[in-house]
Amino acid sequence: MWSFSKIANSIHEWLSQTFNATWTTIIEMVIAGVAVISLFAVLGLVLVIMERKVSAWMQIRLGPNRVGPKGLLQSLADTLKLLVKEGMTPNGADKFLFNLAPYIAMIVAMLLLAPIAFAKDFQLWDLNIGVLYVSAISSISVISILMAGWASNNKYSLLGAMRSGAQIVSYELSAGLSVLSIVVLTGSLQLSEIVNSQANGWWIFKGHIPAIIAFITFIIAVTAETNRAPFDLAEAESELTAGFHTEYSGMKFALFFLAEYANVFIVCAIGATLFLGGWMPFHIGNWTGFNNIMDWIPSSIWFFGKTFFLIFLIMWFRWTFPRLRIDQLLNLEWKYLLPISMINILLVTAMAILKWHF
Amino acid sequence: MFLVDYIKDVFGAIKSLATGMKRTGYYFTHHKEIITQQYPDNRDTLNLPERFKGEVVMPHDEHNEHRCTGCTACELACPNGTIKVITKFDITPDGKKKKAIDKLVYHLELCTMCNLCVEACPSDAIKMAQTFEHSVFDRSQLTKVLNKPGSKIMEGVE
Amino acid sequence: MYRETQIVSDVSKVPLEGGEGTFTINVGPQHPATHGVLHLVITLNGETIINIEPHLGYIHRSIEKMCESLTYRQFIYVTSRMDYLSAHINNHACALCVEKGMQIEVPARAQVIRVLMDELTRIASHELWWGAMAMDVGAFTPFFHAFRERETINDIMEETCGARLTMNYMVPGGVMHDIHPNFQKRVKDFLQLYKSKIHEYDELVTGNIIFQNRMKGVGVLSAEDVISYGCTGPVARGSGVSCDIRKLYPYEIYDKLEFDEVLETAGDSFARYLVRLKEMNQSIRIVEQLIDNIPEGDFQAKTKAVLKLPKGEFYTRVETARGELGVYIVSEGGTTPYRIKFRSPGFSNLSILNHMVKGAKIGDLIAAMGTLDLVIPDIDR
Repeated sequence: MWSFSKIANSIHEWLSQTFNATWTTIIEMVIAGVAVISLFAVLGLVLVIMERKVSAWMQIRLGPNRVGPKGLLQSLADTLKLLVKEGMTPNGADKFLFNLAPYIAMIVAMLLLAPIAFAKDFQLWDLNIGVLYVSAISSISVISILMAGWASNNKYSLLGAMRSGAQIVSYELSAGLSVLSIVVLTGSLQLSEIVNSQANGWWIFKGHIPAIIAFITFIIAVTAETNRAPFDLAEAESELTAGFHTEYSGMKFALFFLAEYANVFIVCAIGATLFLGGWMPFHIGNWTGFNNIMDWIPSSIWFFGKTFFLIFLIMWFRWTFPRLRIDQLLNLEWKYLLPISMINILLVTAMAILKWHF
Repeated sequence: MFLVDYIKDVFGAIKSLATGMKRTGYYFTHHKEIITQQYPDNRDTLNLPERFKGEVVMPHDEHNEHRCTGCTACELACPNGTIKVITKFDITPDGKKKKAIDKLVYHLELCTMCNLCVEACPSDAIKMAQTFEHSVFDRSQLTKVLNKPGSKIMEGVE
Repeated sequence: MYRETQIVSDVSKVPLEGGEGTFTINVGPQHPATHGVLHLVITLNGETIINIEPHLGYIHRSIEKMCESLTYRQFIYVTSRMDYLSAHINNHACALCVEKGMQIEVPARAQVIRVLMDELTRIASHELWWGAMAMDVGAFTPFFHAFRERETINDIMEETCGARLTMNYMVPGGVMHDIHPNFQKRVKDFLQLYKSKIHEYDELVTGNIIFQNRMKGVGVLSAEDVISYGCTGPVARGSGVSCDIRKLYPYEIYDKLEFDEVLETAGDSFARYLVRLKEMNQSIRIVEQLIDNIPEGDFQAKTKAVLKLPKGEFYTRVETARGELGVYIVSEGGTTPYRIKFRSPGFSNLSILNHMVKGAKIGDLIAAMGTLDLVIPDIDR
């Protein structure tokens, strides 16, 4: 049975035999970089078509069905169109910041991929403070949005950026706290160790009620952090036309678009890793036969399955709920999510000390 | 009691959100509820009701004859000046001059499909056609002459 | 009755326009939230609205002036283009005015058909409003669900009247054609569809906690505000002002029908929302009463080929989906009106916008404007 780790190991061995250690590291870095970029390109295409199909079916429509088999190549055609479009910089805009902002959004999203375990023993960088790294880097994404909004020289963009700033800074708190609850249970910040700790059951089952509360808080907070509806105030189509990316066009717009989907993928991957066991298969107690069948499914499929389930959940939110108002958004965070997750982390700590979890 | 209300609030909110998600989830899984029509593909089976007001046409029979006497009732009835009747004088076989239409010019681009001309016509010479794909690249193509070249008035229509 | 607008305390210190910390943005004429080409100049202090100035004229077509050069049969069809979502009701008002001047007796069958069509139009208009309203507050899915029911009505209209939106079905003295043989069956099918789907509206939107939070207590209008600004229709009824022309000044056969005037007293956006939802149910009630009881007879009264109104002034009013539409004709005795004035509901309803959302957030402006159910060509004739 093939697995990502075997492929990675064989490449590593071949490189070590052919080149010296320095060159091996450099070439591996290049390969990893190319892999990340191509993963992003594929993710962008897949998630866009997925979102369009999900929204279409929820809205009793058919969705894209003309380009390619069942319209699956639609997003490819859209990308082509965006590539050949002119990327305009408005008059009076801060040209340097305006052009820099989409790349920062993209680079932040790429950096976040580093510690994620895609399959068994398949990880770009298994650093020992993985969770901290993720929450630290993801905070940078707000800078790109603020930069875009400020540099556009457009009042709509500025309003969107300011909203986004207030929103991301506040929702970082409850997202961090709910992530922390898993760290408390595991006793480690390393993502591979967190996954390994779930070999005998995912945290959402082992941690029962507090873990479920943390999971719900996490999903709500990351939906807000990635600027997705019902928290899409930074874009708020009916209010601010397109919010912080009103003035962007062509590929620069596409980069923002791609970064949004990449961020959704990453937060869902983190959620899957922390709460749903990452690449760990689903096991039920002592059912050896059932567990063996589950083990037979490749670990990468488990990981992507869980991640895409969470992505679907976030899309489901988007196409069902109306948007919140900015003050209600902050109320929700400061009056509901933050107190709840604070009490929850106390519960989790007590649970971890008293060994109430399974 | 504040705490009870708070928890009630949270659960009520989650319940209302779950109700909405159940509804969209239902449509996500029930594809036979989809109402979209695949328009250019279903052109052959597209069935427009017989009263549909698409454009004004003048029916001709197999002898290339129409029923228009050139009375200009339609021209007078039209609110937008869409129809222009240009008349000429035909010489009947017995040597009399008779008024007939030379051209019935119809400006589709001005027409609001109000049906007043059809109602006004005393001899049922014009009617509404069930076409709706009127886009053209040149606006002059929307100015149409309704009577076919060489056509003449039907026998017995006064 | 007019009283000075109350500004929330923290904004009151900021001067109305051009003060420090304020800035103006243009919402529209091309903007996703204005449902057309409304142009609002908004003065903001951060997210808080300080002043709103609607600018009209972007699609002014001088319909009133155009009508002066058209005959009494012709001018009816131009009015379809005012409030295009209740085109049939606009035509109805004009036909009523001409009939009043000519003293034409409309046959009973024509009256019933007219009322049926009016109510179907009203449902279709409210359906579209419901979808657009949900879209204004950020939920995209309800828009498509609303269109499912609305398309059914449009199909019925297409079959009987020959067009889907600007039906042009009304002539002085009756209606243009008799109803289509399928009409009754298809209307009954629609009633069935509507009843099987109406609970989804509550599940998707009305009961949603986010939606309720966005609507409740936002854009509150007192009864005095509504009266002093001249608002009519669901906007006024949401504040508890009884103003349904169908009840107060019944025309056609409305006095013989059983239906309730929907009134809500809260006066906020949610009250206006509820009024429209309940009004759809009342319209369904009217359609149910009439659909099996269409009297036999002529669908059109015998009229002269050329209509001439006697010298004088004539005024009629009807209840459109948006409020009271008045038609005022001054006749000099000729074949064309000397002067026509339309009192359109949208214009008065728009005028209250500044009063309604001063001191609120941008999101509230969009949500509250949605509840006004503005149709811009109606405002900007």
